[in-house]
Amino acid sequence: MNVLVLGIGNVLMMDDSVGVRAVEELQGRYHFSDGVELLDGGTSGIELLSHIEGRDYLIIIDALKSGHPPGTIVRADGEDVPARFMTRISPHQLGLSDVLAAATISGRLPANLVLFGIEPKTIELGLGLSDEVRASFDKLLETVVQELIRIGCTAEPAVTPSSGRTLWESQ
Amino acid sequence: MGAHATHDHIVHFYHLAALDWVDIVSALKADAKAVSNLGQKLSSWGGNSYNEVKASQDRLKTFVGSGQLGVYGSGYWGHPAMKLSPEVNMLAAHHYLQALDYQREINKVVAILGSKTPHIQNVAVGGVANAINLDSPSTLNMERLYYMKTLIDKVGDFVENVLLVDTAAVAAFYAEWTKYGSGVTNYLSVPDMPMDTKGTTFTLPGGYIPDGDVSKFQAIKSYQDPFFRDNVKESIKHSWYDGDWDRHPYEEDTAPKYTDFQDKGKYSWVKSPTFKGKPAQVGPLANVLCMFAAGHEPTKKYATKMLDTISALAGAKVGIAALHSTIGRIGARSIRCAVLYDALKAQWQALVENISKGDVKTFNHPTFPAGEQRGFGFHEAPRGALSHWIVIKDGAIKNYQAVVPSTWNAGPRNSQDAMGPYEASLIGNPVADAEKPLEVLRTVHSFDPCLACAIHMVDKTNNEIVKVKAV
Repeated sequence: MNVLVLGIGNVLMMDDSVGVRAVEELQGRYHFSDGVELLDGGTSGIELLSHIEGRDYLIIIDALKSGHPPGTIVRADGEDVPARFMTRISPHQLGLSDVLAAATISGRLPANLVLFGIEPKTIELGLGLSDEVRASFDKLLETVVQELIRIGCTAEPAVTPSSGRTLWESQ
Repeated sequence: MGAHATHDHIVHFYHLAALDWVDIVSALKADAKAVSNLGQKLSSWGGNSYNEVKASQDRLKTFVGSGQLGVYGSGYWGHPAMKLSPEVNMLAAHHYLQALDYQREINKVVAILGSKTPHIQNVAVGGVANAINLDSPSTLNMERLYYMKTLIDKVGDFVENVLLVDTAAVAAFYAEWTKYGSGVTNYLSVPDMPMDTKGTTFTLPGGYIPDGDVSKFQAIKSYQDPFFRDNVKESIKHSWYDGDWDRHPYEEDTAPKYTDFQDKGKYSWVKSPTFKGKPAQVGPLANVLCMFAAGHEPTKKYATKMLDTISALAGAKVGIAALHSTIGRIGARSIRCAVLYDALKAQWQALVENISKGDVKTFNHPTFPAGEQRGFGFHEAPRGALSHWIVIKDGAIKNYQAVVPSTWNAGPRNSQDAMGPYEASLIGNPVADAEKPLEVLRTVHSFDPCLACAIHMVDKTNNEIVKVKAV
């Protein structure tokens, strides 16, 4: 099983960073089975293509505005995932939408796509997360871990967990 | 730097800008045999065989046929401003797919030297954190160096015989776009790839050209050159920062103060930089014109190849003046890509020669004397001149300002209310269909707007067909 867990977002824009923070925390708190890779995609574009291609599973974590109360965790899968990224800040911007499009057109899109989104409260210049998103953060991690277990991976709690939270919670 | 720019420029044309000019749906109607013949007529590239073109077209048919074209949410298929024949469209689409492979190869060079990608981690104040030890499997060694060479060699033919030729073809077939989008024709670029530790000799020259007149070119000669240091300012008259001033970066601050959109007042998060008191365009076009004016031989060679190819295809002589345009910015990016690629090869050779002489030093330990110190550094990035300005007081940072390429190009009006390059370049652009302003995208995309400052939040509200469920 070849799985990529990809967190994307801008770490300088508060709740937009939740995907990146989730990947950092998962990395610090768990040991996953071989074949599970976690990646901070930041605000990268086409550089992500080579990381995405050839995976059995691609699990994306991102801030997702879908009209729910802030902190709500939502899940999308299959064909709904590329469609989620079609609406961008500016038309044609080379974001994840274009990366997924390029992977699709060249026949290298992973067979299984899952997106975990969390409804943001605040997208402003800043390092922390809003209280609402922070309150759901552990549930988000647990949800991703459960997904990994469901598809046949293992996740053991780290013997000596490390965390980046002190850095981004103290502002 | 060479690998990064080569990667960036390939991706910009094929995967960001090309779909403004190339209609993928029209490409399905092309005769694959004619496409292959056209490709072989235009270029010596070996990847234009009938079988390869046919395979790309079949893949495209499957993609469009399965209704997946929607992933290109804003593609303007069938737009009246799309002018290429089905065969040219198909050739470009074929190279779009091939470019996906070549960008991957050259980006591996970035990953090797940068320790990882995305987000390279080797750059440090005073040098780079790359250990070189030919006897160690975990540092930069001969095996890594030769793997890089293999990757670099794979991409050269594609840059010179596909990217350069394709952009020349788009320029020739859209020749009217040499008349639109010139905008601000004061050009600023900085020298790069220093060949000594002091930064006084450079592989790639840079400087300033006022009023689009290359004969008035003035070079920036060193990392300390007062001509650059003393002529950069930024205005916040129309930017959401506290105050209204024109200041040198050492004297600036960045204190956000949002006011909502004010047509005559503040309306942008971007500051408005000036050089010698005027807006300046930065980016590959500025860089190519400055290197050309400085007599840089590789630039003259590839610029001539580009202009000759355009002239042959357009059936009319096209000179360097045509580069002051939307399509010129796209052509200049390919010229710069070919120049940077040659510089990359030379840098690899120089690195290996230095290592063979025992020079494996990659870092000079910086020292910060007591009292107030001021310094600046610059780099000709893929989107243009980048400069960072720092004031250090008693070992601590007192002020730090970055004047970045997209700020030069995207800035709002300055303290004199002069337009920045984006705004000025849109004056006189034709728009065939106001609901689908493809022509505006062509011009703005030709600057290669930066992405790193974007917010990547996905928004469901405009797309009701997609279902998500709360967990």
